[in-house]
Amino acid sequence: MYRYSDFDEAFVRARVAQFRDQVARRLSGALTEDEFKPLRLMNGLYLQLHAYMLRVAIPYGTLSARQMRQLALIAERWDKGYGHFTTRQNVQFNWPRLQDVPDILDALADVGMHAIQTSGNCIRNVTADHFAGAAADEIADPRPVAELIRQWSTDHPEFSFLPRKFKIAVTGSPNDRAVTRAHDIGLRMLRDGSGAAGFEVSVGGGLGRTPMLGQVIRPFLPEADLLPYLEAVLQTYNAAGRRDNKYKARIKITVFEHGLAAFRDEVETRFAEIRPEFRGADRALLAEIRAAFAPPAFARLPVGGFEAARARDGAFRAWCATNLAPHREGDHAIVTISLKAHGATPGDATAAQMRVMADLAERYAYDELRVSHEQNIVLPHVPKAHLPAVFDALAAAGLGTANIGLISDIIACPGMDYCALATARSIPVAQAIAQRFAALDLEHAIGPMKIKISGCINACGHHHVGHIGILGLEKAGVESYQITLGGDATELAAIGERAGPGFAHDEIVPAIERLVRAYLALRAGPDETFLAAFRRLGPAPFRAALYPEEARRDAA
Amino acid sequence: MSRRFTPKVVTASDLRQGDVVWLTADDRWTRDIAEAELVEDEAHAELRLLFALGQPQTVVGPYLADARRGPNGPEPMHFREAFRARGPSNYPHGKQAVRG
Repeated sequence: MYRYSDFDEAFVRARVAQFRDQVARRLSGALTEDEFKPLRLMNGLYLQLHAYMLRVAIPYGTLSARQMRQLALIAERWDKGYGHFTTRQNVQFNWPRLQDVPDILDALADVGMHAIQTSGNCIRNVTADHFAGAAADEIADPRPVAELIRQWSTDHPEFSFLPRKFKIAVTGSPNDRAVTRAHDIGLRMLRDGSGAAGFEVSVGGGLGRTPMLGQVIRPFLPEADLLPYLEAVLQTYNAAGRRDNKYKARIKITVFEHGLAAFRDEVETRFAEIRPEFRGADRALLAEIRAAFAPPAFARLPVGGFEAARARDGAFRAWCATNLAPHREGDHAIVTISLKAHGATPGDATAAQMRVMADLAERYAYDELRVSHEQNIVLPHVPKAHLPAVFDALAAAGLGTANIGLISDIIACPGMDYCALATARSIPVAQAIAQRFAALDLEHAIGPMKIKISGCINACGHHHVGHIGILGLEKAGVESYQITLGGDATELAAIGERAGPGFAHDEIVPAIERLVRAYLALRAGPDETFLAAFRRLGPAPFRAALYPEEARRDAA
Repeated sequence: MSRRFTPKVVTASDLRQGDVVWLTADDRWTRDIAEAELVEDEAHAELRLLFALGQPQTVVGPYLADARRGPNGPEPMHFREAFRARGPSNYPHGKQAVRG
C-alpha cells in the first residue's frame, strides 16, 4: 500500500495547523462565516441539516486496518459512534462540533489521512475500481495512476478555482466497476496492439440535474502522456467552462455546448504546447508509486476446508454465492462485506464493526480494506482457507448479510435525514424496500438488481444508473419519489428513463413491489435479469405495473 | 389586496455545535422550537431576522421559516423544518434525543 512520504506528512500537518488557526479565528470573530466557509469546505467540513459534517477522503477507497481503527476511534470520541461510507468511496461523520474538527484532522493525519479537496470547485478524491489489484478480470491495478493523479491534483495552483467540482475515476478492468462514464473524466486502462499500456479517456460524464454519459475524447492515450493530457483537458475546461450559472458549470455542459470535436481540438492544441514540459519526473514518480502497490506475498493455503464448509453450511454457502468475487489467484477470493443488513442505513458502520473489519483485514487479508462506491467494504485478498472464519466473525458482528448485488444492496445518499441540499429522505425508503423484500423472501428469486436512491436532483445516490432509480423531490409540500428504469452503471452505461409521475412516501414501496412482481411474471426465466427483461420488453409493461389505474383507463 | 402573512420563526445553525436553534422573544437561542417566538407580523419578522443576522458569532445562516401556533408553542409547517425540529429518521439522534 502507498505510504505517505515525509513531504505528504508535512503537507497534511501544515494544513491541519492552518485550519486550527482558521477555526480559532472564526470562533473569536476575526473571520466572518462568508470568509470561513470556503476555508472549511476546502477541509471537507460542511454545515448540514442537524450538525456539521466532516467528509474524509479515502483515496481510491483503499484503507489499512490501522486507518480503519482510527475511523472507529474518531467515531467514538468525536461523533456518535458510527461513520457513513459514501458513493465517492469516502467516509462522512455526521455530528462533529466545530472546535473538535482540528483534533479530528490531526487524528486522521496520524494515520496518513485527511479531508483535503473533498469539497469545493477543485479536483476531488480520485476514485477507482474497488476490486483493484485483486480482480481476475483486471488488466492492471488502477490505483498507482489514481495516486499519481492525487499527488498532481492536490493543491494544484491552476485548478483550485475551477468553474465547478471535478471528478476523475480510473478502472483497470474492462468490466467497469468504477462508473467511469459518469465522471468528468473517466480513464479505462487498455493495451494497444503492441501491448503498450494506455487509457481510453472519456470526458463530460456526470449525473445530477443534467445526466450525461462521458464521450470518448481519446480512444488510446499512451500512459506517458497521462498528466499532460489531463492538464490540457483541465486547462480547456478552466478557460471555457461557464462561471455565470452554477447549473451549467460542469465540464459536461462545456463539452455539450462546444461540441466534442471543438472541445477535443482545443485540448489537443494545448496538449501539444505543454507536452514538452513534462520531461519524465511524472514517469519516475509513477514507477515509484507502482512499487508501493506491489501485490502482497499471497499465501498458498489448501482450499479443502473451505469447500467442505461450503458443502456443509447453508448460510455460509449463501454468503459465498453473493458476497465473493473471483480473485486473480485461484486460491483467494474477494470478499464484499455488506453494510446493508435489512433495515440498516446503507453505508453505515459502527465503531465496533469498523474494528471487526480492521481485525479481519489484519488477521486474514494482508491488512487491506476497500470502500466501494456501492457503500460496502471489501477485503480484496482473502485466502479461501480463511473464508469460514471470516464469515463467522462478520456474522457475529451483524456484517454477514448475504445480499451483494441483490435488491436490498441499495445505494442511498443521506437525503433529508442529514443533507442540507436534499429535497426528500432517501434512507427510510432504502430501509423499507430492504425489509419488505426480506419479509417476502423474494430477493434471491429476483436475482441481480441495483436500486439507487437520491434525495435530490444532484444524484449522489446515482439513481440515473440504477436498474431502478428513485429520486426524492418535493411536490406540493410533501415528499414525492420519481422512478427511473433501465439505468446501468457498468461498461454498458445507460441513463434510466423516467417512468411517470411520482409517488408519495407511503406509496413508493408498494410501487417498487408491483414493479418487481411484474418483472418476475414477465421474465423469460430465472436467468433473465430485471435489466435484461427491461431491455427486451421496453418500459410499457413496467409502467403498466406502476400505474395500474392508468393502464385500466387506457384499456377501457 | 395584501396576501395573508404566514407566521414565522427565526431559525439558524449554532456556530459551535452546528445544531438547529430558534430565536426566542427574549433574544435567546433555544433548541426547542416550542420556546421560539412565533412572529405574526411581517415587519416584525424582518426586524427579528436582522437581529439574528447581527449575531454571526453565535449562529450561522439565520432565516425565517413558516410556522403555526400549536398547543405547546410554535410548530414547523414544512417537512424539512419538521425534520430539523426532530432529527434524522434512522437513529434517535438530534433534537428527539434531547427530548427523549
